[in-house]
Amino acid sequence: MLTLKCPYCGVHADETELHPGSEAHLKRYGPGSSDDEFEGYLFMRENPKGVHFERWRHVYGCGKWFLAARDTNTLEVFGTYSAQTTEPPQEIKEAITAKRPGWSWREFQ
Amino acid sequence: MKRYSVFAVAREALRYHSGWERAWASPEPKKKYDVIIIGAGGHGLATAYYLGKNFGITNVAIIEKGWLGGGNTGRNTTIIRSNYLQDPSAAIYEKARSLYETMSQDLNYNVMYSPRGVMMLAQTQHEIRGYQRTAHANALQGVKTEFIGPERVKELVPIINISGPRYPVLGALWQDRAGTARHDAVAWGYARACSDMGMDVIQKCEVTAIRREGGKVVGVTTTRGDIDCNKLGVVVAGHTGVVADMAGFRLPIESVALQALVSEPIKPCMDVVVMANTVHGYMSQSDKGEMVIGGGADGYNNYTQRGSFHHIEETVRALVETFPMISRLKMLRQWGGIVDMTGDRSPIISKTPVENVFINCGWGTGGFKAIPGSGWAMAELIAKGEPGPLAEEFSMWRFREGKFIDESVAAGVAH
Ligand SMILES: Cc1cc2nc3c(=O)[nH]c(=O)nc-3n(C[C@H](O)[C@H](O)[C@H](O)COP(=O)(O)OP(=O)(O)OC[C@H]3O[C@@H](n4cnc5c(N)ncnc54)[C@H](O)[C@@H]3O)c2cc1C
Ligand SMILES: [Zn+2]
Repeated sequence: MLTLKCPYCGVHADETELHPGSEAHLKRYGPGSSDDEFEGYLFMRENPKGVHFERWRHVYGCGKWFLAARDTNTLEVFGTYSAQTTEPPQEIKEAITAKRPGWSWREFQ
Repeated sequence: MKRYSVFAVAREALRYHSGWERAWASPEPKKKYDVIIIGAGGHGLATAYYLGKNFGITNVAIIEKGWLGGGNTGRNTTIIRSNYLQDPSAAIYEKARSLYETMSQDLNYNVMYSPRGVMMLAQTQHEIRGYQRTAHANALQGVKTEFIGPERVKELVPIINISGPRYPVLGALWQDRAGTARHDAVAWGYARACSDMGMDVIQKCEVTAIRREGGKVVGVTTTRGDIDCNKLGVVVAGHTGVVADMAGFRLPIESVALQALVSEPIKPCMDVVVMANTVHGYMSQSDKGEMVIGGGADGYNNYTQRGSFHHIEETVRALVETFPMISRLKMLRQWGGIVDMTGDRSPIISKTPVENVFINCGWGTGGFKAIPGSGWAMAELIAKGEPGPLAEEFSMWRFREGKFIDESVAAGVAH
């Protein structure tokens, strides 16, 4: 069973306490954006076999949304972090690099 | 190819089955093909078959990284029905269902199509309204289906508990020409027919890159070397994102695990397929007597062909309420497949940003039933370079245009 540590309340929550919320770090577009930008933001997904950044909600705990870095091919968790960010924090990036050198994700690596 | 028949069985019985030939050849890849299909699941094989049968294109290779039907085609619970809500879905699923009826004769291979009837239970007021709407839509689409009351449900499925405490059975959408088929046989039957037409079915060969020149495909790189082609069909289900990335484009798809399980074999107790979409459980009985059970998809991106235990628990809990007699049944095996989910829960059969690369994906939790119809439509798309009437609504650009084919209904699944 997948276990993620909620970065807000510090609980090591198992999957039954959590709700998955799909890809994280989507760049949001508003009025005046092009069709391409809207299509990319609303529908297109990275869906990688490997390092994935994603949203989770601690539904049966503190109720807050947070982000996680995980490998979709091994189910290994690299770490969780606050949702109030546009990029994973440095220590998460380093944790990934230690195990998956050369990884990249759209605009950051 | 020697045909299978009652005489062949008798002849082989008399000579200790020494004369059966291999069902398909396993050739080395050639340097170049007119068409390469990536993925030897049902959809890829059916595409190749109809390329040959309907369009006379037989210089074709079907390239598979694992073994024939080892993806979702060999992992699914084999429910076949065509009573979908939207017109484009009803058209392609009904085409597929009708092709299933004659598939064994067409392929000279017994796919054990069993039109035993599929029942989708309505267990909330919302579902009653939803299924009645579907029944009306099906009447207009020419798909034979009907909404039945709880008494009829009980008559057709005596082991069902129609007055469960949480989710009583209030009615059902019933399609009596729907049913099941033997999943492996579908893959094997198509592979044998493709091989017989001179196509190359190449297993244990993984595509690792898609080679392009000037925005146009020229071939693929595989674990067994470079192979050139004029046209490329990508039919890789759960791995669609990975292969699309090789061709340099993204899709509105996420890959998640879907699980199924079977029980120990028991005496015949249920001769139709029952689906309960509100509680995410469905069940049928195999010819061997095992109860074949499936549930809802797992929630997070996953490529491991393994799901989480609590989803199985949820499925079984719901089914035990509806079928109390299974409460002490032992489960024999459980497995998972990686399904490719689109936002509107409808597939994609489409041209792509790369010229001469065509994609067939997004069948998610419910594409076994579509295999012959999808192959038919995909073959037409590849042969003509433009989608025919069955495929045109399933373009990958429909999301951008807001032309969804919304089949997610209440439960968010479409088995
Ligand atoms: C547990 C479960 C239950 C289901 N139940 C039902 C049901 O009851 N009814 C129904 O209609 N549908 C059901 N489905 C869905 C159905 O199984 C799929 O929609 C359908 O089988 C997809 O067929 P396919 O040919 O597209 O994919 P697959 O059979 O998955 O074939 C794709 C193939 O591509 C190969 N491949 C991937 N990447 C590469 C590469 N780089 N190079 C070469 N080859 C590659 C894979 O190895 C695989 O064999 C279920 C699915 C699951 C997992
Ligand atoms: Zn929390």
